[in-house]
Amino acid sequence: MLGVKRRASPLVLSGLPSLPWIWGAAGLLAVVASAGIGVLVGPVHISPGAVLQALVGGAADPGQANILWSLRFPRVALGLLVGGMLAVAGAAYQGVFRNPLADPYLLGAAAGANLGATLAISVAPGTSVIGVNVVPLAAFAGAAAAVGGAYLLGRTVTGLRSNTGLILAGVAIAAFFNSIQEFVQQSQTSSIREVYSWILGRLVTAGWDGVFLVLPYVVLSAGVIFLHRRLLDALMIGEDETTSLGISVQRVRLIVVVAATLGTAAVVAVGGTIAFVGIIVPHTVRLLVGRSYRVVIPLSLLFGAAFLVLADTVARTIVAPAEVPIGVITAFVGAPFFIIVMRSTRAAAL
Amino acid sequence: MRTHQQQAGAKPAARFGTVVVAAFLGLTSCGGGQSSPPASAHFPVTITESNGTTVTVTHQPRHIVSLSPTGTEMLFAIGAGSQVIAVDDQSNYPATAPRTRLSGFQPNIEAIAAYQPDLVVASDDVGGIVRGMQALNIPILIEAAAKTLDDSYLQLKQLGTATGHPAEADVVVARMRADIDSFVRSVSKPARQLRIYHELDNTYYSVTSATFIGQVYRLLGLSNIADAAQGAAPDYPQLSAEYIVAANPDLIVLADTKCCQQDLNSVAARPGWAVIKAVKSGQVVGVDDDIASRWGPRVIDFMKAVAPHVQQLEKAA
Repeated sequence: MLGVKRRASPLVLSGLPSLPWIWGAAGLLAVVASAGIGVLVGPVHISPGAVLQALVGGAADPGQANILWSLRFPRVALGLLVGGMLAVAGAAYQGVFRNPLADPYLLGAAAGANLGATLAISVAPGTSVIGVNVVPLAAFAGAAAAVGGAYLLGRTVTGLRSNTGLILAGVAIAAFFNSIQEFVQQSQTSSIREVYSWILGRLVTAGWDGVFLVLPYVVLSAGVIFLHRRLLDALMIGEDETTSLGISVQRVRLIVVVAATLGTAAVVAVGGTIAFVGIIVPHTVRLLVGRSYRVVIPLSLLFGAAFLVLADTVARTIVAPAEVPIGVITAFVGAPFFIIVMRSTRAAAL
Repeated sequence: MRTHQQQAGAKPAARFGTVVVAAFLGLTSCGGGQSSPPASAHFPVTITESNGTTVTVTHQPRHIVSLSPTGTEMLFAIGAGSQVIAVDDQSNYPATAPRTRLSGFQPNIEAIAAYQPDLVVASDDVGGIVRGMQALNIPILIEAAAKTLDDSYLQLKQLGTATGHPAEADVVVARMRADIDSFVRSVSKPARQLRIYHELDNTYYSVTSATFIGQVYRLLGLSNIADAAQGAAPDYPQLSAEYIVAANPDLIVLADTKCCQQDLNSVAARPGWAVIKAVKSGQVVGVDDDIASRWGPRVIDFMKAVAPHVQQLEKAA
């Protein structure tokens, strides 16, 4: 657990830890490289020259330009947003709950989103409300409702004095929503294929709609979390100690959880409940770089974005022209990678 | 109300396996063809299923329970409809079939036995139904999803034998053969093979030529774009939008008109899809989801919906 660690590391003692610029550059490079790979790889072979031409607006082949602008660019952009958001939200939850196993779905966001999406797919799959497909809306509402419910439940029971109460409330809410979702899913087998596909996660956008839908939430959420990165560091030393510094632990927790949940709900609504990104990426960053949230938050954003775009590229190509749900790839690829990193560097730091 | 299907299994891992089997009830190919029924149509009659089990029907069944929508269609087509006392909740054709809340996906042995059937027809051995029926000495015929038209004919003949309508079954089979042959002859094979994309739902699940519907397309001389994905999933691969756009099918058949309200307009509105040949020429056909997912005599209706578009395309090609 991330509690008080008396064993000092040079990073903590020598002044305030800050993001090493070289890792920041590496993160940006990873984002650009993965986006490049994501844009170049696909069932249709498009040369890098054609991609650059299309980007500046002078594509020679309209068919290729159509595929790039309608399908590949939005998908890569969405992958960057979803991956970055899930990783940052995971890091934020780990900071708030001081628990390395916390992920963005801890308070029931996944269960709520799954339920909302299942209901929407079962009842009215093709319909749109105010121009937006009803499935992402329902998923967003479900995720928000689940986390809100967990918060209310936690406050009623423990008064939000402790993390444990909130986590338990989240587990209870998640279990409840999951049970309803499973009941609805098994009773509507005509839509079971679509529901299952949604739950496993797919980066499918209706052109740029998904990207624009998600963008404001991600910017807002990641921004708020980024601004609180120093406070998350302060939380690391323990609740009583933090309170004695004059920081309202409950207030910080509330703001960060709300921000992380908002962002998670938005990306989950469009991409489905993609697992593992929120745990693997922040932990890998911690093991490779450092545990301070000044480091973890920005790097999780960058490496999370790169990771998901690469995973999506694999999902699109490994059984081409068929597709594997991206959740399968993130789990399959993420776990062994994490084990390797864990064994090779700073394993004791955990 | 909408079409519902029910699914067995509780744990996610088991559920996935059951989803592939159960939810694709009308589409999975669970076994090869069944063996031929014996020549005698008088009772008692013994039917040998493809897996070797023998089913003996001692007298003409008067209380048939059908847990398979295709089985229901076949029974009524061969004239055994009056002997059917209960069909499952998914059997919506014909409308006169005595629909109940029995489920073919999660069969409740006791509920089925409460009807005191003397023959049960199902398409999958799920939930231990075969063992359950055998323990109660109720003959049960498993008529699994057909992979080819010949499988479908065999099933009709088997049901004809089991229900005491062998002659009618032969007539139905002969009529199906003749209709299908006339459709196949009506479409000439053009110089360039026309490409087809069959859509099962709006997440781009499709069918390959190894399925019943896929075989129909092959008979009509069409090239199925999903066949390239047979390595990933032999029957029902999930394609990517980019691949479908790149494959540029001449004809799109939508089998998700009921479940997901898809039609030419919604397909044309998908980003990047407007350039597809089929969309530009308006050759996007919506078929009844049920007809496209069953393997009974209504395959003729399916061909009726699709063949004219193939003819149009061939004239234009």
